[in-house]
Amino acid sequence: MDARLTTEQRELRDAAARLAADLGPGSVLELDDAERAARLEKAVAATGWRTLRSDGASGVEVALVAEEFGRGLVDAPFLGPVLADDLRRRTGAPGGSWTVAVGADALDARGIERVLALEGARVLAGRTGTLTPGADLTRRTAEVVGPLEAVGELADDEADRWRALALVVTAADLVGTSRGAHTLACDYAKVREQYGKTIGSYQAVAHLLAESLALIEGSVSVLRHAAWAVDELEPAAALRAARIAKVYCARAARTVCETSVQVHGGIGNTWECLAHVHLRRALTSTHLFPVSLKEIDLGLS
Amino acid sequence: MDFRDSPEEAAFRERLRSWLAETAGTFPTSGDDYWRRQGEWHQALYSAGFFGLSWPKEYGGKELPPVYDVILDEELARAGAPSRPSLGYLMQGLGRHGSRELQRRFLPGMINGTERWCQGFSEPGAGSDLASLTTTATREGDEYVIHGHKIWTSYSDVADWCLLLARTDPDVPRHKGLSGFIVSMHQPGIEQRPLRMINGVTTEFGQVAFDGARVPASQMVGAPGEGWKLAMTIVGHEREPAELGYSARYGKTVRQLLERVGDGEVPEELAWAAVETEMLRLHVQRRLSDRLDGVEHGPDGSLDKLLMTWTEQSVGHAALAVAGTRDPELLGTYLYSRAQSVMGGTAQIQKNIIASRILGLGA
Repeated sequence: MDARLTTEQRELRDAAARLAADLGPGSVLELDDAERAARLEKAVAATGWRTLRSDGASGVEVALVAEEFGRGLVDAPFLGPVLADDLRRRTGAPGGSWTVAVGADALDARGIERVLALEGARVLAGRTGTLTPGADLTRRTAEVVGPLEAVGELADDEADRWRALALVVTAADLVGTSRGAHTLACDYAKVREQYGKTIGSYQAVAHLLAESLALIEGSVSVLRHAAWAVDELEPAAALRAARIAKVYCARAARTVCETSVQVHGGIGNTWECLAHVHLRRALTSTHLFPVSLKEIDLGLS
Repeated sequence: MDFRDSPEEAAFRERLRSWLAETAGTFPTSGDDYWRRQGEWHQALYSAGFFGLSWPKEYGGKELPPVYDVILDEELARAGAPSRPSLGYLMQGLGRHGSRELQRRFLPGMINGTERWCQGFSEPGAGSDLASLTTTATREGDEYVIHGHKIWTSYSDVADWCLLLARTDPDVPRHKGLSGFIVSMHQPGIEQRPLRMINGVTTEFGQVAFDGARVPASQMVGAPGEGWKLAMTIVGHEREPAELGYSARYGKTVRQLLERVGDGEVPEELAWAAVETEMLRLHVQRRLSDRLDGVEHGPDGSLDKLLMTWTEQSVGHAALAVAGTRDPELLGTYLYSRAQSVMGGTAQIQKNIIASRILGLGA
C-alpha cells in the first residue's frame, strides 16, 4: 500500500505546472491576448499530453496534468481531447484532433472540428459547429453537428473505465482550480490592508482560508486514489472511487472558490478579478459528468 | 503508487481478519462498557500481534511500515470491533524526547498495555492557552513535588502513569518554564474524580488534583524547561487521525447505519458521512505513505485534525438523520462527535495554526 507519486509523475506534474505558469492567463485581461493563447496552444500541442492515454499513460498522469492546467486556468483544450483520445484508442477511430461531446454539447472545443461521444456502449463521431456561450471563460463549448456516425462499440467494462476517467479528469480540474483560487486569495490577504493591518491577520479571514486548505488536502487524497483506480481496480470499483472523488472535490471546490471571491471583498465581485474565472471553471467541471450522492454505491467493502 | 496490499500486507490482513472473526464480537465498542474494557482490548490486540505495529522490536513493536496501521483500522471497522487504543501520540512524545533509560523502562509497558497512561496537560484555567498552566513541580532533593489541578484527563481512573506538564521555573518566559514528568498515579497526594460527559459517559475523562504528589527527578522527560517541546510533539500527533485510528470508528458507525437503513432510502447525511469517511481513510493512507520518505508533518497535523473533525461530525449528523433521538447509543454517537472540534486543540486553534504556520498569513 503506497499512495506516493513516482519520480516520473512528480516531474510530469512540475512540467505541466511550469507550462501553465509561463503561458496560462495571469490576469483577466490576458484571457483576450490572442498571441499568448496561440503560444499556449502551440506549447500544449508540442507536449503530446492530449494523447497521454494512447501513449500508455495511466489515469494518475492524466489527472496530474489536468490538475495543473486547472490551477493555471489553462485556456487551451486538454480535458476534451484527452478523453477523446481514450475513446479513440479503444475504438480505433482515426487520429488527429478530437474532443468529446455530452448530449448536444462538444466540450473544450476551441479550434477542434471533430467530436466523439459515448452513448451507452456505442461510440459516435460527429463535427463541431458554432461555439456557444457558457459560464467558463477558459474552455469553450460548441454545438454538435450531425449526423453522428457510429465508429465503434465498447464492452461494458471499457465504457465504465472511460466514465471513471471522465470523472477523474474533471475532479482533477476541480482540485487544480481550487488550488489556484486559494493561492490567489492568500496572496491578496497578505497585502490588502484594513484598519492598518493585512486582512489575513484577522482570524475571521484567516479561518476561511485555513478551512479551504483542509478541503484541498482532503480532495487531493480522494482524487489520487480514484486516478489510480481508473486502470487498477475492477471497473465497478473504479467508477465508485471516481464518483466519491467527484462528489467530494466538487463540494470542496465550490466552497474554496466562493471563499476566494469573499476574501477579495468588493474587488472579488468584479470582472477583472481572476477569482470568478476559477469559480466559473469549477462550476463547469462540476456539471460536466455530474455525480449525485444517490449514485454512489455505499455498500462497504 | 499502488493502493493494493503487497503480499506481506495481504497475509497480515488475512491473519488479522481471522483473529477478528473470533474476537471482535466479544468487546463492547461504545459507552462506559467500552472504556471499562479498553485495557483488556489493548492487551488482546497486542498479544495477538496487532498493536504497536510500527514501533521498534526492542520495545515490543513489530517494526512494520506505518501503513500497516491503515490495514488495522480498515479491518477493525469492517469487523465492527473497537478502534485501536489511541496511544500513538504519547508513544511519539516519549519516543522523541525521553532518554534511552526512560524509553527502555516505559515504552514496552505502554505498547503492550500492561501499564495504562493518562496525559496531564489541560487545566481549568489553561485550555487553548496551554502555556498559561499553573500546576507547579518544585525540586526537593532528588524529587519534584507537584501541586495543581488537571482536567480532561483521559483514563485517569485506571492510569498507572501520568505524563504531566508542570511549571518548574516561574521566573522565565512562560513557554520556557515548563517541564514534562512521568508521575505514578498510585500515591498519596493524587485525587481523581470522574467527569460526566454530555453523552453520559463517566469513564473516559477525569479531573486530577495533585497535592504534594512526588516524582523522582530521573523521571523528567527531557531537560528542565523543555516541556513545551514535548507538549508540542504530543499535541501535534494527537491531532493526527493516523495516530488515533478513529477512521475505524467512523467506518464502523457508517456501516451500522447503512445496515439499519437496509433497503430504505439512504438519507443524504448518511451518504455524505460515507464519502467523508472514505476520504479520511484515503487521507490517512497518503499521510502514512509520505512517512516512508521520512516526511514529518508538523503543522499539517492541524489540517488532518480538521478533516477528522468534519468527518466525525458528519457521522454524528448521519446518526441523527437515521435514528432521530430515540436510540440511546446513536444519540450518544452524535453527542460525542461534538467534542471532536474541542479535544486535542479546538478547531479554531487548528485554523490559527494553519493560517500562521502553513499559509503565513501573519495571524
